[in-house]
Amino acid sequence: MRTLIFRTVAPYLTSLMILFSIFVLLRGHNEPGGGFIGGLIAASAFAIYGIACGVSPVRRALYFHPMAISGFGLLVSAISGWLSLAFKVPFMTGLWTKVSVLGVPVDLSTVLFFDIGVYLVVLGSITSVALALEEREHG
Amino acid sequence: MAAESIDISNAMLTEPTALGDWMLVAPVGLPILFGAVLLMVRHETRLHAGIAIAGLLLTLGANAALLLQVLADGPKVMTMGRWLPPFGISFTADALGASLALVATLVASVCALYAMKDIGATGRRYGFYPFLMLLMAGVGGSFLTGDIFNLYVWFEVFLISSFGLLILGSTDRQLDGATKYAILNLVGTTLFLTATAYLYGTFGTLNMADIARKADAMRETGPLMTLAVLYLLAFGMKAAAFPVNFWLPASYHTPRIVTAALFGGVLTKVGVYALLRVLVMLFPVERAELSGVIAWVAAGTMVLGIMGAIAQSDIRRVLGFVVISGVGVMLAGLALGTEIGLTGTILYAFHSVLAMTALYLLAGVIKELGGSYSLHELGGLYRAYPAMGAFALVLMLAVAGLPPASGLWPKVLLVRASLEAGWPWLSFAILLTGLLTTIALGRVYILAIWRNGPSGVPADAATGAPGYGYASMALLCVPIILLGIYPEPFIRVAEAAAVGLLDASGYIGAVFPAEAVQ
Amino acid sequence: MEVALSFVVSVFFAVAIYLMLSKHIIRILLGVSIFGNAVNLSIFTAGRLMREVPPIIPEALPIPEAATANPLPQALVLTAIVISFSLFAFLLVLAFRAYQELGTDDTDGMRVAEPEGEPMPPLGY
Repeated sequence: MRTLIFRTVAPYLTSLMILFSIFVLLRGHNEPGGGFIGGLIAASAFAIYGIACGVSPVRRALYFHPMAISGFGLLVSAISGWLSLAFKVPFMTGLWTKVSVLGVPVDLSTVLFFDIGVYLVVLGSITSVALALEEREHG
Repeated sequence: MAAESIDISNAMLTEPTALGDWMLVAPVGLPILFGAVLLMVRHETRLHAGIAIAGLLLTLGANAALLLQVLADGPKVMTMGRWLPPFGISFTADALGASLALVATLVASVCALYAMKDIGATGRRYGFYPFLMLLMAGVGGSFLTGDIFNLYVWFEVFLISSFGLLILGSTDRQLDGATKYAILNLVGTTLFLTATAYLYGTFGTLNMADIARKADAMRETGPLMTLAVLYLLAFGMKAAAFPVNFWLPASYHTPRIVTAALFGGVLTKVGVYALLRVLVMLFPVERAELSGVIAWVAAGTMVLGIMGAIAQSDIRRVLGFVVISGVGVMLAGLALGTEIGLTGTILYAFHSVLAMTALYLLAGVIKELGGSYSLHELGGLYRAYPAMGAFALVLMLAVAGLPPASGLWPKVLLVRASLEAGWPWLSFAILLTGLLTTIALGRVYILAIWRNGPSGVPADAATGAPGYGYASMALLCVPIILLGIYPEPFIRVAEAAAVGLLDASGYIGAVFPAEAVQ
Repeated sequence: MEVALSFVVSVFFAVAIYLMLSKHIIRILLGVSIFGNAVNLSIFTAGRLMREVPPIIPEALPIPEAATANPLPQALVLTAIVISFSLFAFLLVLAFRAYQELGTDDTDGMRVAEPEGEPMPPLGY
């Protein structure tokens, strides 16, 4: 699989796919898309990178262990549910606020953070499965 | 915007949520939070046990508070995301769910304590404690959710975590056992999902309180019997009832002993809980029609299970079959469906969670001291470790259903209930199971502990007593003996749970308060 | 439409059960996967089918204008797909490992955990 063409293209392909996955994640706010599918796209991006360049460059690129990323995502999701505690509404209630970033109004919500958490959980767990499989095949 | 003027009070909860209601989410939310933190610090293996035990103790406190609230004021409800049921998912705790969640969290905390010694740095890095926390989140969610699809989701949550725990160590035996466990359990939960699909097609709702109140009107037109049988099969598989129990003896002796203790104590009881919830509360008429079938399944499970135990020479495999026979005893109460019978079943579930976990931990201590699980090789332990012999005696009496330990009273209730129902053969099966359990475990006691073994006193007898093992067993023996000599409070809780199952109006009224007033 | 899909579901179930009766782990896994799809499709059918009317409420109205497709089965199926996907990924890894370590994917040959011909427990003391 480690042909020259593939190895040259893979980093660009991976970064494009990750960019696209973040786009899909944020688009899920109002349109089809969301954390799960975004996370899958990102995980497949890392899988492609792993197939092209081997597993250890992927681990270096990720910096954190995939399972730790997954745990962080779970934490973000859980906390966005627990935030309702402070507002006297039931668990997992969507809380919304508008902030202005450089004059552009941005909707922030616990739903968004929940989705980002899902993105990270899916990215982390699928990547760790994929890397474990690739490691076994080559090593 | 016109949307601002819409009156949302019909669809959404408008009053603020009291702080006490959070006790309903805490048994699920806290383990998830702690599990997530543990996943993030997986390389700091020294911190794991402390974080996990702190998390489980907090969960235990929340569970205890929840049970007290439920016993005082009846079932509690929290509607997720403010969407009122039946549209939103509601967490609903009644005496049954809350008490089982409390007992399960108790044994999980004890297992976390035992694992401090049993699971080394490698196992921790592999993720023992995060998996344990997520398993408990799944188990707590299963006990407390009020939505049947949500129940499926929690089943899968603890199923995935149990896979992780089961193959911790990745020996050949574990891979072999885990393959069978994973495939058969996945098929079981998929059957559960199949039943839920038909249920949704029939009722158009997934909220259990909503189903319970609509079931009577649906009985003429809907295929409720089909649903009940499908659920019986799916949850029977999870609970390891007789014709579909073969995944349990194939896998429960392969993982680390503390994992086996947790599984043997908790996981099959989730299946029993789901059977009680669905068959007794949602489909009572169908359950009554099926009671003959369930009774035969129960008798087959308990008698054949314990006969399997007699034929084994590995202590862990003996215990696997004892777990199965305990499930049979619990199904007897489900077959009877009377208040006393269900009280007996629920009380037996408390007892079985505590006693089976303790017995597996005892097997771990035996292995640690005697160096083996095999009855051919063990022996001479009583002479070297009399304290361990005492623990073993109490636990084996408990599981065999003899005084002064916990197994006696639930069996008394079940035997009485089956005599009252005019099924003497079922009470005979329960008593026969008790006798065979005494034989199976008595032989383990005599061979492993009492006799002077083939190897005599183990050479490393000087290593001293296993502190964590003794502490864990002692912690579990306290409620076991308490249940044996002062059963009234436990029976009262179990009775409240049984009454709440048989008459679902309290449960329905908690979920739909507007209709309770009418 | 529902009738046609119920036939599809029944074919899926039949294929899945046939595959799961095989001795080979890989076929069983394919069967489990198809089983999951059969169930997903039956949830979808159970929620009644409706073509090309997305369940989106116009901004000015409190409820949709006309009857729309039922969104709940879609949410349920999505959840079920996500769960069965992750379980299936795990099962594939597990089966692959088991195949490598045990050297077989024949369930009759997988007797490591329960070896054949184990001795009976001691009968005397």
